Amino acid sequence: MSKKIGVFVCHCGTNISATVDVEKVAEEAKKNNPGVSYTTTYKYMCSDPGQKLLRDKIKEEGLDGVVVAACSPKMHEHTFRNASKKAGMNPYHVEISNLREQCSWVHPDKPTGTEKSIDLVRMMTEKTRKDKSLNPIKVPVTKRALVIGGGIAGIQAALDIADAGHEVVMVEREASIGGHMAQLSETFPTLDCSQCIMTPKMVELAQNENIKLYTWSEIEAVDGYLGNFDVKIRKKARSVDLDLCTGCSSCWQVCPSKKIKSEFDMKLGNRTAIYIPFPQAIPSKPVIDREHCLLFKDARKKNIPPNDSKVCRKCLDVCPIAPVKAIDYSQEDEIITEKIGAIVVATGYKELDDTSMYGEYGGGKYQDVITGLQFERLASASGPTEGEIQRPSDGKVPEIIVFIQCVGSRDPAKGCSYCSKTCCMYTAKHTMLYKHKVHDGHAYVFYIDIRCAGKDYEEFWLRAVEEEGATYLRGRVSRIYKKGDKLVVLGADTLTGSVVEIEADMVVLASAMKAQDDAEKFAQKLSIQYNKDKFFSEIHPKLKPVESSSAGIFLAGTCQGPKDIPETVAQAGAAASKVLALLSADELEREPVVAKVDRLPAPIFSTCIGCFYCKRVCPYGAIAEEDIKARDGSVIKTVARVNEGLCQGCGLCAATCRSKSVELAGFNDEQVYAEINSVEFS
Amino acid sequence: MKIKITTKELKSDFAKEVKERSGIDVKKCYQCGKCTAGCPVAYEMDYMPNQIIRFVQLGLRHEALTSRTIWLCASCITCSTRCPKEVKIAELMDVLREMALEEGVANPKEKNITTFHKAFLNSVKKHGRISEFWMLSEYKRKRPKTALQDIEIGPQLMLKGKLSLTPHDIKGKKSIKRIFEKFK
Ligand SMILES: Cc1cc2nc3c(=O)[nH]c(=O)nc-3n(C[C@H](O)[C@H](O)[C@H](O)COP(=O)(O)OP(=O)(O)OC[C@H]3O[C@@H](n4cnc5c(N)ncnc54)[C@H](O)[C@@H]3O)c2cc1C
Ligand code: SF4
Ligand code: SF4
Ligand code: SF4
Ligand code: SF4
Repeated sequence: MSKKIGVFVCHCGTNISATVDVEKVAEEAKKNNPGVSYTTTYKYMCSDPGQKLLRDKIKEEGLDGVVVAACSPKMHEHTFRNASKKAGMNPYHVEISNLREQCSWVHPDKPTGTEKSIDLVRMMTEKTRKDKSLNPIKVPVTKRALVIGGGIAGIQAALDIADAGHEVVMVEREASIGGHMAQLSETFPTLDCSQCIMTPKMVELAQNENIKLYTWSEIEAVDGYLGNFDVKIRKKARSVDLDLCTGCSSCWQVCPSKKIKSEFDMKLGNRTAIYIPFPQAIPSKPVIDREHCLLFKDARKKNIPPNDSKVCRKCLDVCPIAPVKAIDYSQEDEIITEKIGAIVVATGYKELDDTSMYGEYGGGKYQDVITGLQFERLASASGPTEGEIQRPSDGKVPEIIVFIQCVGSRDPAKGCSYCSKTCCMYTAKHTMLYKHKVHDGHAYVFYIDIRCAGKDYEEFWLRAVEEEGATYLRGRVSRIYKKGDKLVVLGADTLTGSVVEIEADMVVLASAMKAQDDAEKFAQKLSIQYNKDKFFSEIHPKLKPVESSSAGIFLAGTCQGPKDIPETVAQAGAAASKVLALLSADELEREPVVAKVDRLPAPIFSTCIGCFYCKRVCPYGAIAEEDIKARDGSVIKTVARVNEGLCQGCGLCAATCRSKSVELAGFNDEQVYAEINSVEFS
Repeated sequence: MKIKITTKELKSDFAKEVKERSGIDVKKCYQCGKCTAGCPVAYEMDYMPNQIIRFVQLGLRHEALTSRTIWLCASCITCSTRCPKEVKIAELMDVLREMALEEGVANPKEKNITTFHKAFLNSVKKHGRISEFWMLSEYKRKRPKTALQDIEIGPQLMLKGKLSLTPHDIKGKKSIKRIFEKFK
């Protein structure tokens, strides 16, 4: 029995009707097309009355196929399918003919616009004729979230999810959670001490019974799909047993290897080989840096197991835990698998440390040319100078500091075109912190624009100028060179049209916020997309800002792009709420538009020849290899199988398959050929 | 003219001095240029009004005090009225003129204007108000090159009683004198 199809042509205000004769399109849809039993046009099909019209006509006219000729299916396919479902029709008998983005907007005159629209509608009617009913795929949900990265974004997301009663697994690759916020001295725009607002949250996380924390750990692999991920976690050998260790500090006090540059202090201070990164670390238990530990060095040199080396062992000897010591030199990496329903990626940023690319600023050679985060450590009470602003070379308190904004940002010639968004504000903050500590100090800031667009932000930077007396010079610095113990900074002030030459004691570079070094590799592990700067991409910049390109994986914080703490925390909360919505259901419904590899009766089993070209092209890792086995267990052939949970319906596999064994539901060959054959080529 | 700013200028107390003399805090200016945009004589100035403020901000004493701008300013106060940050630019111009005269660095190209200002003040000092005739004759005597300028409208003004030969002193002449003495 042939279908009764209804065609609804939308004016979209005048978006479509200005260049398409919609009445004519509706009329033509009926001509020579016995299947089309009803056509109409309407001003706004997506409006409430428009949807009602669709529902009413499905019932009144007994339609079992619908073509809505309107805007892009990305926009309203969902709307119209939902409406038809309400009218009792299987929603997959609704097709959208895109008359707006692909026709009216790109064709200037009515005759061509109309002619093309008639074709487009005919194609979709032919496809609709061959539509089959499809039913949503139901997948069970593991009610457990994974948060990757323990900076403020990850901490916030984990706490929000855990507080709502769900289990959270947090994976942090450093020895402590905290991320960059733990390194900051005071935070704009309120100048409250970063540690004071951060530490309570870290402690809360550690004590939350719903949260399982893996520090010094990394993600090895993520398999599975939305609601059902299998996550392999590599617990790197810490050489310290976290269950036994009490964090008594005896070991790091005796460690003789004391001159290792502290990563936490941005190399301005030292740490030992067995260490906690900072006093408030969570967990506050040490890790052995095997690269620098004397014992491990010796073992490597002699090619013996570390336990056999007798070179140091001071930490082990002093460890008071008995009978088994908390320190274990023979510990090895461990792989753990966790079942997870939804993932929050919160892996943060890294500060541009490769200042060597700025040869004109000394290329990293001048000790007293430091980065923003280094200045944070200098200003921090827990930092290497206990909060006194001293320059690294000789500990002198600088009388003149030059701050340079946009270093590594907004610099297409150095391969970074974006604005790092936080440095205008943190530089203003730095001038204030400096002036608070060195009252008669002079702070000069070179800038190209001031971008302080947050709540209370404009007032904040103006305070730096008007009350604290920082002098802002509008221009970039072109060169820094050494003269005696001074740094001569050559810049410009475009407002006066002058060159500026300042003899400074120290220079602070407001270095760009960059994506993590391993961002690309990490994204590939999770099958999420990233932009040209390697920041992870949201699917829609306005309407889906925390959703990654893979279902069930959400983004929080600076891994998605530069942002400050308020914005990071807000985004983390948003990601958490998306996770909670997912975990609140026992089963998830997924679009049935997925690929399928055929299965046939013996002796063929499948036309798939096992070339697995499809596996290579699938961007979501949805193709698995399946052994078809005889009764005795022997493998007859290995063929492809699509994991419905992972498949996003992109169709690459179907297009690639040489034996035509893959079919994409809702887009099978028969439908696509019907569309193509309906076009009248002139 | 090329300007070079060094640590010396940046560290100088010029802005502080201006503030002490006038109460004007140039740090408040964020260089939006609205003052310049509305200034009726900006087209004639060597530096725009906002640049003069910038000079003060950055300690460019010489550039500010030797500029022609400070003399061309007509004290119409459009700038001060419209400034979003309530910087009193017109008043600042006044202070800069004073400082320029004190330091003897007033731009020689604008001698006419300084002479005019002085003749104006001398007249007020003497009569308590200006006597147009005597003020103009002092001005033209000191700037002989201007002697014949606008001379043709003289008779007309005289006929209309606008250029009276006899000065009309005010009653409180003594008080005015005292003001002058106070601000010597
Ligand atoms: C100099 C400077 C000063 C600043 N001052 C301020 C300020 O005053 N106020 C303000 O609001 N903002 C400020 N910011 C911005 C602030 O630092 C960030 O907004 C905030 O720290 C971002 O937090 P996050 O959690 O997104 O990232 P991060 O703090 O970078 O945390 C990411 C975490 O993920 C971990 N991680 C990374 N990769 C992996 C992986 N593959 N597996 C597991 N774990 C991983 C990292 O070890 C880290 O712990 C400043 C920034 C700079 C550079
Ligand atoms: S073995 Fe010695 S060098 Fe290595 S961490 Fe322990 S105390 Fe330090
Ligand atoms: S926030 Fe300011 S300093 Fe940083 S890149 Fe943007 S404009 Fe430059
Ligand atoms: S209008 Fe005011 S703020 Fe703007 S440039 Fe002039 S003085 Fe500065
Ligand atoms: S007061 Fe002077 S600077 Fe200000 S607008 Fe008038 S003429 Fe221009």
